[in-house]
Amino acid sequence: MSRIAARFAELKRQGRGALIPFLEAWDPDRTTSMALLRGMPEAGADLIEIGMPFTDPMADGPIIQAAGKRGLAAGVKVADVLTMVRDFRMDDRQTPVILMGYLNPILSYGIERFCTDAGQAGVDGLIIVDLPTEEADMLLPYSNANGIDFIRLIAPTTDDARLPHVLNGGSGFVYYVSITGITGTRSATAEDLATAMPRLRQATQLPVAIGFGVRTPEQAGAASRIADAAVVASALIDTLSAHLDADGQALPGAVDAVLNQVRALAVAVRR
Amino acid sequence: MLNIASPIPNSLRTGPNERGRFGEFGGRFVAETLMPLVLAVEHAYAAARADPAFDADLRHHLKHYVGRPSPLWFAERLTRQLGGAKIYFKRDELNHTGSHKANNCMGQILLARRMGKTRIIAETGAGQHGVATATMCALFGLPCTIYMGATDVERQSPNVFRMKLLGAEVKAVTSGAGTLKDAMNEAMRDWVANVGDTYYLIGTVAGPHPYPMMVRDFQSVIGEEAKMQLQEAEGRLPDAAVACIGGGSNAMGLFHPFLDDASVRLIGVEAGGHGIATGEHAASLTGGRPGVLHGNRTYLLQDDDGQIIEGHSISAGLDYPGVGPEHSWLHDIGRVEYVSATDQEALAAFQLCTRTEGIIPALEPAHALAHVARLAPAMKPDEIILMNLCGRGDKDIFAVADHLGVKL
Repeated sequence: MSRIAARFAELKRQGRGALIPFLEAWDPDRTTSMALLRGMPEAGADLIEIGMPFTDPMADGPIIQAAGKRGLAAGVKVADVLTMVRDFRMDDRQTPVILMGYLNPILSYGIERFCTDAGQAGVDGLIIVDLPTEEADMLLPYSNANGIDFIRLIAPTTDDARLPHVLNGGSGFVYYVSITGITGTRSATAEDLATAMPRLRQATQLPVAIGFGVRTPEQAGAASRIADAAVVASALIDTLSAHLDADGQALPGAVDAVLNQVRALAVAVRR
Repeated sequence: MLNIASPIPNSLRTGPNERGRFGEFGGRFVAETLMPLVLAVEHAYAAARADPAFDADLRHHLKHYVGRPSPLWFAERLTRQLGGAKIYFKRDELNHTGSHKANNCMGQILLARRMGKTRIIAETGAGQHGVATATMCALFGLPCTIYMGATDVERQSPNVFRMKLLGAEVKAVTSGAGTLKDAMNEAMRDWVANVGDTYYLIGTVAGPHPYPMMVRDFQSVIGEEAKMQLQEAEGRLPDAAVACIGGGSNAMGLFHPFLDDASVRLIGVEAGGHGIATGEHAASLTGGRPGVLHGNRTYLLQDDDGQIIEGHSISAGLDYPGVGPEHSWLHDIGRVEYVSATDQEALAAFQLCTRTEGIIPALEPAHALAHVARLAPAMKPDEIILMNLCGRGDKDIFAVADHLGVKL
């Protein structure tokens, strides 16, 4: 059983949903983001999503755009993101790690080589924003061969006719983009989610994670109960960026501030 | 005027395939939120393309509003001065709004209306596409938002004012280098957030399928007309057709009707900026490699790790790190030659055209002319060069004055 499937099965036994916090690789530097990654499981992360910086993050709002910019300014490369996961895996064999990014850096690295190296590093899932189902055949043989789940994204615009097409062959979990919009802008209402979920449940047996617009412990708790997991990204990066100096360098206490926020979110999903 | 004539076997004009690919280029690399919208545009365009009423409506508007057909002009003084091949200009700078952009905007605004969309968004570099979009929106009473890089807002201020006069909201984009690439990112973010009522009117032959095909079809009127006009004037095909390339819409429009005419050399001129060797240019085909950006697989300026590099060009309209996917394919199969002209060569050509023909060209086609100036003297006097003069240069006079050290 994959780490992702095992984790969701375990949480199902516990009767709760998952918290999936996000961090951007090398934001604002290698040491800080590595400390965040290492500290997240203890703070209550059930799975972890790592953003791979890209110059042109078309689905992201200003907060994650800025995080990616800081990572790139720190000099992060695709290989460095894989090294982060490899280092993390030396101490943690259980917490699933999902990489989120855009296609071009992966293409440039080489899709086959990337999937091989990511699998060996201990990556469990891939979210590639600009690789829709229609184009995914360029990656699927290699992600499958390396035991990596290619996480399917469903949006409010994905209609019933299209749902089975997008979910066909999916594994790991399903990522529900809960708003039409970019990251870190607005939030779906509980009613929106209550309408969307039955549609998704009917179309898939896989766990469903809700992302985009999940900011507060209350929202995370609600999302983890309505669905199976809550992804929190921009709210954590907001906290990190509030602990940077004028040059964008991390101030003392930055890592603790973010991890404390993860703790508060974790309490809410365990309530 | 849509380019729907049935293609001949082994034609180069049959692309793209059902996945929106020209060879390995093109496709639909967009977020899932946009995918249903992109498919809706594809279906709506397929229906419009097959509907004679849509074609009639488009022809009517192109003739009476845009001012087509645009003339074909024998540039006799320029021909004498350069000494060599006869040079003909396809005068698309005489279109309403001053560039070829009007052809595509008219086609797409009619499609947006047909789809029942009530709000238009667009990206713009030099501002020509923004002005053309704002114009069509004024004509049809639709609200529009134009995204423009903050750097371009600065260097193309006359066009910014024009758009505002026309009633458009112009949003300056400060991310990245504040040029066309960043404007396109922001327009896609707007589209994702306003899926219900908004139509994204892309200005070049790039983006997710069906845009590269659709924009090419709407621009092919340039080549179709020029082919007939040259037949009338000279009784034959040109020996070479030359156009500038940013995203590549005016070039695709000129080239496409000639793709199967093997005797016609097709030459695309990219922006060489400070020179290809300096790395400061916007020549994706000459100096880039294949990748994925803005919904399509194509040649891109990128670093070793797949991060996109900012282009540089004196011309805001060519300052884009990508190029339309059909050009990438035509490059790889060798049907079209892609060369470049530097900022300085374009400036020289700008002045040459102004003084010898009394036409102030935009800095974009000045790049094409810079190559014509190299090409013509090496050709015979009975040979013919057809160049697309795709935009007029009124918008550029301030930037040119600045480069020439003239204070206005």
